[in-house]
Amino acid sequence: MEHNKVIQVTHLTKTFGDFTAVNAISFEVEKGEIFGFLGANGAGKTTAMKMLIGISTPTSGKARVAGFDVFTHAEDIKRNIGYMSQKFALYDDLTVKENITFFGGIYGLSRKQIREKSALLIDELGLEKVAHSLVGALPLGWKQKLSFSVSLIHDPKIVFLDEPTGGVDPIARRQFWEMIYKAANRGTTVFVTTHYMDEAEYCDRVSIMVNGRIEALDTPKKLKEQFKAANMNDVFLKLARG
Amino acid sequence: MLPIIFVLPLLQLVILSNAATFEVQHIKFGFIDNDHSVSSRALIEKFQASTYFDVFTNFPSNSQASKAMLKGEIDVVLDIPQFFERDLQKEKQNHVGVTINAIDGAAAGVENVYITQIIQNYNQHLKVDLQQISDQKTQAIRIETIPLFWYNETLNYKTFMVPGILVLLVSMITLFLSGMNIVREKEIGTLEQINVTPIKKSQFIIGKLFPFWVIGMGLLTVGLLLAKVIFDVPMLGSLVLMYAYTSIYILVILGIGLFISNFTDTQQQAMFIAWFFVVIFILMSGLFTPIESMPPWAQLVTEFNPIKYYVEVMRMVMLKGSGFLDILPLLIKTLLYAIVMNGLAVWSYKKTT
Repeated sequence: MEHNKVIQVTHLTKTFGDFTAVNAISFEVEKGEIFGFLGANGAGKTTAMKMLIGISTPTSGKARVAGFDVFTHAEDIKRNIGYMSQKFALYDDLTVKENITFFGGIYGLSRKQIREKSALLIDELGLEKVAHSLVGALPLGWKQKLSFSVSLIHDPKIVFLDEPTGGVDPIARRQFWEMIYKAANRGTTVFVTTHYMDEAEYCDRVSIMVNGRIEALDTPKKLKEQFKAANMNDVFLKLARG
Repeated sequence: MLPIIFVLPLLQLVILSNAATFEVQHIKFGFIDNDHSVSSRALIEKFQASTYFDVFTNFPSNSQASKAMLKGEIDVVLDIPQFFERDLQKEKQNHVGVTINAIDGAAAGVENVYITQIIQNYNQHLKVDLQQISDQKTQAIRIETIPLFWYNETLNYKTFMVPGILVLLVSMITLFLSGMNIVREKEIGTLEQINVTPIKKSQFIIGKLFPFWVIGMGLLTVGLLLAKVIFDVPMLGSLVLMYAYTSIYILVILGIGLFISNFTDTQQQAMFIAWFFVVIFILMSGLFTPIESMPPWAQLVTEFNPIKYYVEVMRMVMLKGSGFLDILPLLIKTLLYAIVMNGLAVWSYKKTT
């Protein structure tokens, strides 16, 4: 089923001068899948992700995201994806509601849709009390959940999460993953990078990048069998150490 | 960054020291010769011999000379009365009228001194000449000048400076705000979030510009009010014209600011580069030193200085009461500048790297 492949990547490469940050990676992601994109710091995860979300032009290779080519239709891709960066990127000096309205507006939602969405979203996150406070004043865990919800405001086909739970406490992380599952159940494909190996266990499939290449790609269960490891942490260590 | 830290200040040192001169030179001189006599021509020749005066225009009438001064084509008009020579010989003294464009009060003062010196010199020669002709003891001959300072009769320094300083404030605030802006979003990471959305480049730039444009217009309003209330600076021309011009002018500055913002990675770099331009723009704007006195290459540089245009328009409209047609050439240049700078700003803002 070709149309079920929402991300198709073949030999995708990005070089900066002599340095090859992403070295001919190939993989596919299916609709509704939670795809874990793992790798050590500097392995090339963020660079690869930036090519897929259309803010970095690949040096060579092919990639289609949500049915559009990353070389020629980057703006169409942007209409169909959500993105949450590792750096909190809502406007600190706008209120919760203003941020929702602003990003809703950018994605072309009508006033009515924005009203409904923001009511729903604030209710789901339990942010009624702080709906009119500046986002900058919220605790990090709340910010991340809000940021994730805002990245889903236009019902994207795929949502890209770049280390979404960095620096967040275990309870908030747990809640965050519940939100990810909810989104996946609604049919949204989730593409997530993380450093937490327990989170990798939650993913449907996991790829592990080492020095710009994808060294392993399978379900967490099969990867553990393949590397004869008790958990994903050991799998990762075996790969990363070479 | 390191080359910038050294290159930019040295560039300023070289450009500004050569260009921002307090000397008053290349004074545009016009005359009305109602006498057409040997004496009147001799007087005009004296001015032509001086290195300070340029562009000699012979006006047939007073009204044409006034028009030329309103347009800024001449700085000084020498008005030689009819029967100048006859009266000079009969009465041994006479008056010539001198009208000086005094929008720049300091330059007008200097120009008046030059003129007085030339006429005194002429007096000396007359004395010698006449003594040779007649044997009888000649009375001292005296030609006096009656200077008129136009557009700023009392050579009030504030009348001259306030419109110019208002220009600086509007320009600096809007340049710094817009220069810091996109680069600030780069720093805090919101720009990346914006770049991942389908927002159009032009939409983003307009969204960025509009608030600063409003702030700039607000500053102009407060500034004009203060100029009136505190300094009693006259407002001879049309306020609508002033606002219309400013609305386009601010777009130029914002375009420059956003252009800087797109090319820098930190607010510090953006500030540094914005300052570089502000200092050059200010010192080469004609606000403190007359542009006519600058060397030709520097005058060419000032053609790219938006603040120069704004200072000129502000003074023309406020102090001379110039109308739409008078400022039209400046308006067109400013409009083109705005289109080019904002085009560059949109072009240089890249959503994809």
